[in-house]
Amino acid sequence: MDLFSTFFNMPVLLNSLPQLLSGLLVTVQIGITSIICGLIGGLFLAITRLYAPTIVQVLVRGYIDIFRSIPLLVLLIVVYYALPFVGIRLSPFLSAVTALTLVSAAYTAEIFRAGIEAIPHGQFEASAALGLSNRHTMVDVILPQAIRIVIPPLTNNCINVMKDTALASVVAMPDLLKQATQAQALSANPTPLIGAALIYLILLWPMVYVVARLEKRYSRGR
Amino acid sequence: MSAQINIHNLKKSYGDFQVLHGIDLEIAQGEVVCVIGPSGSGKSTLIRCINRLEAFDDESEIAVDGIAVVPGRALAAVRAEVGMVFQSFNLFPHMTVLRNVMLAPMRVRHSSVKDAEARARVLLDRVGISEQADKYPENLSGGQQQRVAIARALAMEPKVLLFDEPTSALDPEMVGEVLDVMKKLAGTGVTMVIVTHEMGFARQVADRVIFMDGGNVIEAGPPAEIFDNPKEERTRSFLHAVLDH
Repeated sequence: MDLFSTFFNMPVLLNSLPQLLSGLLVTVQIGITSIICGLIGGLFLAITRLYAPTIVQVLVRGYIDIFRSIPLLVLLIVVYYALPFVGIRLSPFLSAVTALTLVSAAYTAEIFRAGIEAIPHGQFEASAALGLSNRHTMVDVILPQAIRIVIPPLTNNCINVMKDTALASVVAMPDLLKQATQAQALSANPTPLIGAALIYLILLWPMVYVVARLEKRYSRGR
Repeated sequence: MSAQINIHNLKKSYGDFQVLHGIDLEIAQGEVVCVIGPSGSGKSTLIRCINRLEAFDDESEIAVDGIAVVPGRALAAVRAEVGMVFQSFNLFPHMTVLRNVMLAPMRVRHSSVKDAEARARVLLDRVGISEQADKYPENLSGGQQQRVAIARALAMEPKVLLFDEPTSALDPEMVGEVLDVMKKLAGTGVTMVIVTHEMGFARQVADRVIFMDGGNVIEAGPPAEIFDNPKEERTRSFLHAVLDH
């Protein structure tokens, strides 16, 4: 019974619920903004890495390798605590979105590149022989086929971004985790943390399920 | 009259291996040329150079309708005039048959959807697959897919059609339906350059047969001459190997 009133204290949970839900809203805002920016950035990086002049390709490859190597928490702290020294002062929200986007774009770029490279060479040749421009070849022929291939790994990456939004709590962002730790301190009871953990699960479990379904579906046929 | 396709001193190498050793060739408007020869003789590479799917040496020159086939803006103009049919069809698998045929006219010639669709339906009818217009390529037989590929190339109203072993990937019973479509095209004014192993077809349809070996044109002439009375020993031994068995 003691365990129950410590970790699953209903009055405490109900009391902290509005705070947790406002934190959830912030978490979702950071997550979705970063996912969208990461997708756009990643597609741009992938196409640049494949088709830009060699020097640009080398730069893009450097970017991708650096941002896949650096720990996200380190990057976030650099963006929030170090950049102000050179006059770049970002709000906690922008810091979190910037760090998440920079890293997500690097991973997304590699996913898109793999997808584009998986398209048979004959598709490029048929497009070229018809006189299609590079842009139309990409937009009408290659990307629609590549998207099918990259949907499972992209969804996986989206899950990772959503999970990593919790790191924003270290830069004083009132996201779900931050709200939970504050509610815990206020009520001197860990139930809000358990509540936050459950909310993360409810948010992400369906996405994990969807990825598993997609992977099964796309690994079956073509 | 100047030729529609002018090939001068065409050379092409993969690293140290030279595939084409300075080929000179002129093809007239409306002419049907069949290129024959053993595998690895460079015949596919030759026609893939005409629309520059393969780059070639700087000293070599190819012109289609007087336009030099060089990288850049002019290349798009050449490719819009030169249709190509591949051994492996290369249809766009995510589009219906109809959309496959409509895409290039809409994007390159800026046709309206209505015009592109009307024309696509006429062409699909011409190659005998109008009932399959709304199916996806994977639901068609190889012969049907190749006929769609021909319709797709024709949709751009090309002056030149290149065929790169169009029947080599087909089951034997489907070869005839594709060759029939090609026979109907011959003599409609479109210039055709066909790499093929179908000697009967070449003899029947070609205005000129070109025999290649080792990256060189060994012998060229009317089909009757090449098939019945070849001058070169290599032509004779090749024809002997493919015809007499």
